[in-house]
Amino acid sequence: MSGSNTAGMVDSPRTAVSNPPVQPVAAHFGEADLCRRSATRDLPAPQRQLTPVAKLIDVSKCIGCKACQSACIEWNDTHPEMEHNVGQYTNPHDLTAEMYTLMRFTEWVNPETDNLEWLIRKDGCMHCDDPGCLKACPAPGAIVQYTNGIVDFIHENCIGCGYCIKGCPFNIPRISRADHRAYKCTLCSDRVAVGQGPACAKSCPTQAIVFGTKEDMKRHAAERVADLKSRGFANAGLYDPAGVGGTHVMYVLHHNDRPGIYADLPENPRISPLVQTWKGMTKYVGLAAMGLMAVGSVIHGVFAKPNRVSEEEERHAEDLVEGRPVPPPPPGQP
Amino acid sequence: MTNSWTDIRNTDLVVVMGGNAAEAHPCGFKWVTEAKAHRGAKLIVIDPRYTRTASVADFYAPIRQGSDIAFLMGLIRYCIENGKVQWEYAKAYTNASFIVKEGFGYSDGLFSGYDPEKRDYDRSSWDYEIGEDGYAKVDPTLEHPRCVWNLLKRHVDFYTPEMVERICGTPKEKFLKVAQMIGECSTATRTMTSMYALGWTQHSHGAQNIRGMAMLQLILGNIGVRGGGMNALRGHSNIQGLTDLGLMSHLLTGYLNMPTEAEPDFETYMKSRQFKPLRPGQTSYWQNYRKFMVSFQKAMWGSAATAENNWCYDYLPKLDVPSYDVLRMFEMMNDGQVNGYICQGFNPLLAFPNRAKLTSALSKLKFLITMDPLETETARFWENHGDFNPVDTASIQTEVIQLPTVCFAEDEGSLTNSGRWLQWFWPAATPPGEAKHDTRIMGEIFLRMRELYRKEGGAFPDPILNLSWEYHDPREPEPAELAKEINGRALTDLTDPADPNKVLVPAGKQVLNFSQLRDDGSTMCGCWIYSGCFNEAGNNMARRDNRDPGGLGTYPNWTWAWPLNRRTLYNAASADTQGRPWDPSRKIIEWDGSKWVGDDVPDIAPTAKPGQVLPFIMNPEGSARLFSRGMMRDGPFPAHMEPFESPVPNVLNPRMRGNPVARIFRNDVAQFGNPDEFPFAATSYRLTEHFHYWTKHNRVNAVLQPEFFVEISEELAKLRNVTNGGWVRVWSKRGEVKARALVTKRIRPLICDGRTVHVVGIPLHWGFTGAARKGFGPNSLTPFVGEANIETPAVKAFLVNLEPSTAPQDRPGVTS
Amino acid sequence: MSDQVEEIQPGDSIVPGKPVTVNRYGPLARLNHWVTATSLILLALSGLALFWPGLFFLTNLFGGGQNTRAFHPWIGVLLFVSFFVFFFQLWRANLPAKVDIVWLSRIRDFLAGHEDRLPELGKYNAGQKFIFWAMTGLILVLIATGIVIWDQYFGGYFSIPLRRVAVLAHSVAAVLIICVFILHVYAAIWTRGTLRAMTRGSVTGGWAWRHHRKWLRQLAGRPGTQRPGPAE
Repeated sequence: MSGSNTAGMVDSPRTAVSNPPVQPVAAHFGEADLCRRSATRDLPAPQRQLTPVAKLIDVSKCIGCKACQSACIEWNDTHPEMEHNVGQYTNPHDLTAEMYTLMRFTEWVNPETDNLEWLIRKDGCMHCDDPGCLKACPAPGAIVQYTNGIVDFIHENCIGCGYCIKGCPFNIPRISRADHRAYKCTLCSDRVAVGQGPACAKSCPTQAIVFGTKEDMKRHAAERVADLKSRGFANAGLYDPAGVGGTHVMYVLHHNDRPGIYADLPENPRISPLVQTWKGMTKYVGLAAMGLMAVGSVIHGVFAKPNRVSEEEERHAEDLVEGRPVPPPPPGQP
Repeated sequence: MTNSWTDIRNTDLVVVMGGNAAEAHPCGFKWVTEAKAHRGAKLIVIDPRYTRTASVADFYAPIRQGSDIAFLMGLIRYCIENGKVQWEYAKAYTNASFIVKEGFGYSDGLFSGYDPEKRDYDRSSWDYEIGEDGYAKVDPTLEHPRCVWNLLKRHVDFYTPEMVERICGTPKEKFLKVAQMIGECSTATRTMTSMYALGWTQHSHGAQNIRGMAMLQLILGNIGVRGGGMNALRGHSNIQGLTDLGLMSHLLTGYLNMPTEAEPDFETYMKSRQFKPLRPGQTSYWQNYRKFMVSFQKAMWGSAATAENNWCYDYLPKLDVPSYDVLRMFEMMNDGQVNGYICQGFNPLLAFPNRAKLTSALSKLKFLITMDPLETETARFWENHGDFNPVDTASIQTEVIQLPTVCFAEDEGSLTNSGRWLQWFWPAATPPGEAKHDTRIMGEIFLRMRELYRKEGGAFPDPILNLSWEYHDPREPEPAELAKEINGRALTDLTDPADPNKVLVPAGKQVLNFSQLRDDGSTMCGCWIYSGCFNEAGNNMARRDNRDPGGLGTYPNWTWAWPLNRRTLYNAASADTQGRPWDPSRKIIEWDGSKWVGDDVPDIAPTAKPGQVLPFIMNPEGSARLFSRGMMRDGPFPAHMEPFESPVPNVLNPRMRGNPVARIFRNDVAQFGNPDEFPFAATSYRLTEHFHYWTKHNRVNAVLQPEFFVEISEELAKLRNVTNGGWVRVWSKRGEVKARALVTKRIRPLICDGRTVHVVGIPLHWGFTGAARKGFGPNSLTPFVGEANIETPAVKAFLVNLEPSTAPQDRPGVTS
Repeated sequence: MSDQVEEIQPGDSIVPGKPVTVNRYGPLARLNHWVTATSLILLALSGLALFWPGLFFLTNLFGGGQNTRAFHPWIGVLLFVSFFVFFFQLWRANLPAKVDIVWLSRIRDFLAGHEDRLPELGKYNAGQKFIFWAMTGLILVLIATGIVIWDQYFGGYFSIPLRRVAVLAHSVAAVLIICVFILHVYAAIWTRGTLRAMTRGSVTGGWAWRHHRKWLRQLAGRPGTQRPGPAE
């Protein structure tokens, strides 16, 4: 599954389809391959660059069977709640701390053809190249990004603050009510590290979900887009939004001009300017303000005389209390 | 399937009609995806609902459930009218040129010979004219007015695009678009595949649905070729194995027939099974019937079966009715004629129609034995679950014995998939608790029964006492032992007929395949079509070589396919009458001047000359049948028939209800509903999140689709004031269910014969046991009627009414 | 701007002696103050730990990140309640008055120690009032935004865009309140004799004369104020 290097990069698995070796395998990547670590300033530069990986979800091939959801539950050993039917196929009804991926079903009538299209999108972490969750995270090492692009939550470092939710442009992370830690798709980093593809890709019967190097996935997507264009989907395209530096989970969409029709997939996702301000300017300006305040006080304290009550003032007070004459209030004072 | 799953990747056009492959067969559907991605194949879906398959289709056309024959005949009419016929194929390989007897006719929706009293046809006029030479008469010019081709033309003439729209509710332009796309596959180098399932079979005219498409495929030249064929998607991993091994009351193994009362002795039985060729030089392979039958009897009764006692023919039961199918058994049970019922791996309380009748029938049993790895509703039919199973437990005296069995993953053996591949599997887990293999339970029951017969005698103990039971551990036959028995072996040295000194198979050795079987008692074979699965080369079903030398998805060394490891049936039809492949890029076999060679096992004698020996070797004609003679009870051509409960009358004959020859039990007639009382057309189906009634026991599947619902259009929701996600009551003449309403754009009302037909979709995965929320199955509503030829329950088209309601209540003290 | 400022509050009283002491805060007010102050310090420490990665080590004070995350909002609730008990004791005395404008316009004199050049003041000067109202306003902002971003209990009630606004507003308000806090603490230290108002509850007469002479005069003229008997 993992082969020779290309341009000095360490190769990563190219496919989730082939069967992995059964004998134990050492992890291909680990802590030394982090390129980002939340709330960590002096992260040592990684010694090597892993080949960027990506999961490609071809919405046009997806039959909405939810095998990916099932595989995700099984592999991650989660226990999503059994809910009620509320008049939709999307079950559970939303991502939860126990459900990292979700098929979202949308019935959309194409205004150009008046034909119904049942759009089924597998929702889950997009593994942004510039991850908003990681930017927002205050806990050192709770969110990490490997040089292959995988954004992972390290649960023992997570403090459950929910900042990642605010940072994420795709509304993905969920906080567990049980252990107060954030959960989301890990891109099966544990599987990828030993040469297997993500569980969802492995289980996908139509190979609507494929996994490999980002380069390969883009090439594959180009073929798919060409096929879709030949079938009349003039605006078919690859969803790899630049606003977050591209993503390591990408979609092939039949209507790439209208990502919003796929259960509100953001058109131009980016880290919110509010989050940028919060994690950027506010932090620096705020610290400066507090620092200036403190320093200013110290300087004033050093250079200005303390505001001390004089003996005379004490006497005046005694005089006042004793009913002896004291200086009168200045004129015009009420 | 005539072809294999992997072969679907070779097609140019996939037509999914009467099925929902993406939803119900997601793993096999990958080959459709492959064909689309790598061949640019197109996918058409024709269904009352916009299904998950439709969501990835290139074209979707709606159709009213139960009206498929009209659509298919309309397609045949379009192809004939527009010259979209693979003429060379149709002329050479079908019975188009055969001349039909005088007296055959068709009017008012009925063929000649109908007897309304018997609800049956006298089928004698549905046959060929036989010449003095004993062969059927043909007119290769297709000019004879009574040749099959001209009869077919006349028969389909009624089904104009306008008539299709009137009957099916499919807008004319959508029908024509489908017809045009299908018509393109009439060239020798474009093929279409048909993928269908219970959407076609579970109608009272189910077999005719399938015939309709098979005929279309024949005139397009798509049978026997890569990427073509008639591909039945089987609903269980091993349901193909069930039919192959004859687990039906009227069948023995390998599609040999159970004798009937009219066949009291072996020679009478064999007389109607001579299968003399109807055209000169044709194979008519069933001429070997006696070999397979005698070998089967030897497998059953070993040395007790001798030529003198006609191979123990008397041991076989003789049917007094066409079949003791499940519907008949429950009818008899309900009549108090059945004392005990062994229900093995089967949940009839949810699987068969008219649940109220089933409950009533089970309540009349003295004992019910269930063998299942799961807690089935059938095993708990006596338990009150409020609205979900409103029975009066105290009034039910049936003793229920539950025998826990192993799950497939705890078992060893073979599963026969839709593509006829026998795939051996090994246990992945140890059975829990007291669960036992089915073979163990059957073995123990058999040994005890035999002992009782030995001690007590009885009316006729011989078939039991003499049953061949030569297993290493008689209490638990091993899967490999059974597989070897099914393959068959030589009982004495088999010598070469040309050279008596040459031993082909020594006594005791496995036969290579059924070509070595004999009718003199020197061989035994449990199931002739499976012969070859476990021969002296070993267990061929366990082969896992996924190399594909031809690169076209044959995978000849991956497991083993019946018959003879042949992957595409009728593959001699993939070549023209000169033996040249119609499409050289998708060659299967070709004639090299002296023999057939190619990627697959030829479905013809290896040296049979093309053009002389025709490819449909199982038929005495040698050709495929556009006109099926008297082989089917309900007509030699498919004709439009309405479901027994239809929102519109039959336009051909308004007095005709359902299939005119389908069996109806007297008590069920009163339980058919009419559209004035039950205005909506309901259909039942499966969802991809679940597998039948099994996976509701699994937490993960239950999470993915937790609760019973019915699907209705926005228009019907408005009409009945139903809100999405709210509760509705749906009722038919036979019962009611309460469900969540799922209001969707994927179901639209159809306009049929000027009336608005609202479709109600009812999925079938919920009951009152398991991990998912309690619910109902559509079988609380469905009518108790079967397919006219094979008695498959007709549960795909029935009438219901619907209104908003409150939630169903469990029995007091239980919250669901 | 109102001049209906309540200059004398319940419990304010003069204790004659040498030196004179003036009771400025009762025990409840002092308790509120210190609860509020402690809360604010804990909030600042825990909040900064989550705001500035370099200060994340401060979470150790609370037993780790999870506890810090869990405690911080509850401390916020405590501060809010405590402060508002305090608030209702003090708000009338902190209503702005015309004299505050004069005071503010001559704040240089104040900073330079020339308080005698300023008008006589009631119980609070404009600076103190600013601190009071700034605290009030910022605490309201912090509690409101804090609830919006309190994921554990309110995660499902607010949209993510609103939560983003809230988290930004919360951090800006926090920075401001810390600045106000520094100002407050420094002012209390720089103005010698102030701290005892919040420890012992009283100030010296001279302190009152110097900083809040009007208050002192009113206290001195108020019935019930202990006055020396005629024998003296």
